[in-house]
Amino acid sequence: MINETLIPKVGVITDVRKDTPDVKTFRVVGTDGKKLFEHMPGQCAMVSVPGVGECMFSITSSPTNKDYMEFSIKKCGCVTEVIHSLEVGAQITVRGPYGKNFPVEEDFKGKDLLFIAGGIGLAPLRSVINYVRHYRQNYGKVVIVYGARSKDDLVDIEEIQTEWMNEPNTEVYLTIDRPQEGWDGHVGFVPAYVKELGLNPNMTAVLCGPPIMIKFTLAGLLELGFDKSRVYTTLELRMKCGVGKCGRCNVGDKFVCKDGPVFRMTELDELPDEY
Amino acid sequence: MLKIAKERLNELYARINQTMGLFIPVKKAGEVNYAVWKEGKEVSLETLKTVKSPKNMFFPQTENMMKFKTEGKNLEVIDVRRDYAEEGKLFVLFGVKACDYKAIDVLDKVFLAEPIDTYYKARRDASVIVTLACSKPEESCFCGVFGIDATAPQGDVTTWLDESYLYWQANTEKGENLTKLVADLFENGGDAEVRAQRQTTSEILQKLPYANLDLSVFKPENLNELFEDSAWEEMSEACLGCGTCTFVCPTCQCFDIRDFKTNEGVLRYRCWDSCMYSDFTLMAHGNSRTTQMQRFRQRFMHKLVYYPSQNDGLYSCVGCGRCVNKCPQKLNIVKVIKTLGGKKND
Repeated sequence: MINETLIPKVGVITDVRKDTPDVKTFRVVGTDGKKLFEHMPGQCAMVSVPGVGECMFSITSSPTNKDYMEFSIKKCGCVTEVIHSLEVGAQITVRGPYGKNFPVEEDFKGKDLLFIAGGIGLAPLRSVINYVRHYRQNYGKVVIVYGARSKDDLVDIEEIQTEWMNEPNTEVYLTIDRPQEGWDGHVGFVPAYVKELGLNPNMTAVLCGPPIMIKFTLAGLLELGFDKSRVYTTLELRMKCGVGKCGRCNVGDKFVCKDGPVFRMTELDELPDEY
Repeated sequence: MLKIAKERLNELYARINQTMGLFIPVKKAGEVNYAVWKEGKEVSLETLKTVKSPKNMFFPQTENMMKFKTEGKNLEVIDVRRDYAEEGKLFVLFGVKACDYKAIDVLDKVFLAEPIDTYYKARRDASVIVTLACSKPEESCFCGVFGIDATAPQGDVTTWLDESYLYWQANTEKGENLTKLVADLFENGGDAEVRAQRQTTSEILQKLPYANLDLSVFKPENLNELFEDSAWEEMSEACLGCGTCTFVCPTCQCFDIRDFKTNEGVLRYRCWDSCMYSDFTLMAHGNSRTTQMQRFRQRFMHKLVYYPSQNDGLYSCVGCGRCVNKCPQKLNIVKVIKTLGGKKND
């Protein structure tokens, strides 16, 4: 068989975790029980249920996990709805990795890092955060701000509370949109919380979440004195091929699938506002 | 230079067809399109613009990519591609005009860039392209604007046609090999006739109404300024979003990948898609281009700015003029070039 990027590999689901009412995390390996392919934090893969469709998802597991890959998938369309119905043992197809990763080995090294996520926006960040935790000595202080609609919508809360919160030189701040019984943590939207926290503007920041959250959080960070060239985010547009050929995920002359999904805010400034 | 009398062209086609597939402009139901040659088909080399461009030969309108078979829980991916070159199945694409030939260059830069699209490459490798110089360019032609010489296209073989003869000149090894196969049908001569035809055609080309379109404003450094131009609203107002321009365009290469359930499993195929359609960018959580203006702008910005920015200044338009002829609303790239390019000179 000719090696061809558009032809996927078969993956087996070995674990399904229900994170929130509409987010499930799927653990996937190849039919030989091994990890399908290597990736770097921030890269994506095309996951498909043949006969239903193929969609691009960020690989939420860290590359340092040598055994399997994980995808945190929110049920919000026709493909994700079917994926959510799959159980352990089901076979799907996966191809990738696609896109540029976060500069974990370059720009992030030796820096204090601020991760800000909203809702399912945690999925791409979880890969970087766990990568940084694995090579902890290579990075400075880590601050994580994560918000969701309610406490039930916080993805991967168990890993956050048992592992991230106990990590040395790491601060974790959680917030939910509205007060809720059984929640004694912070209440309020992410952008406001970020401003309240009075974060050190010398950190390198990574934002992931709904466009509206990114817009207001970025404005808040700039007010705090953050440098746009050290703020990163990821974009998401419709994709079919994943390799810059099918022609639909471009923003100006950049393709999100191959030139992104990770972009520096200063790079986005140079592109037309169409994402 | 070699030549063959026009009345003997059928012998030439038959000879080629003995060992290779031959695709050539054929008239059917009043339309001329590239089709498999067979004895008795009405070949129309003179037709300047086939309805569909020959991009179809390398990037078919629909193409099967793979199959999926499920047995119990087991899923199997089956590669359905053919390696034409390995099977020794070369095909000749005969009569390609200069604009359409240049368009293959534009497609190559997309499909042959890493990671190489092997579906496309298999067909490219298996093809021998025989181009045909234009002698009667039409008013909607503007290939010269993109630096294309319609009187002497490249290709594995270049041919010229006049009232009496087809003149033949091999340019590549593939072209030489094809020539060997048919050489006994040809006689020597034709240099003077070709020179004269090129001269006459060049004069016509210079006088065409769109011959002097000014592209100088379409540069990567003007990307944002052009994107923000207020003229897009008015230019796109009449656009129906029918996608005709994208389907007749020899350089439009956007595609969709879809699954089709059959009795023998799932077939995954790709097909031409159009940036003019509202669901082109539609996702479960939103759409990055919600208005027809945005979609219209995308198409022309891609051809005149985005693509050149990624490909050393090469435009993704070859001036074939099909969109000029086919748009039901008389919208086209010429109007866009004039409107945005004209502003510079105001």
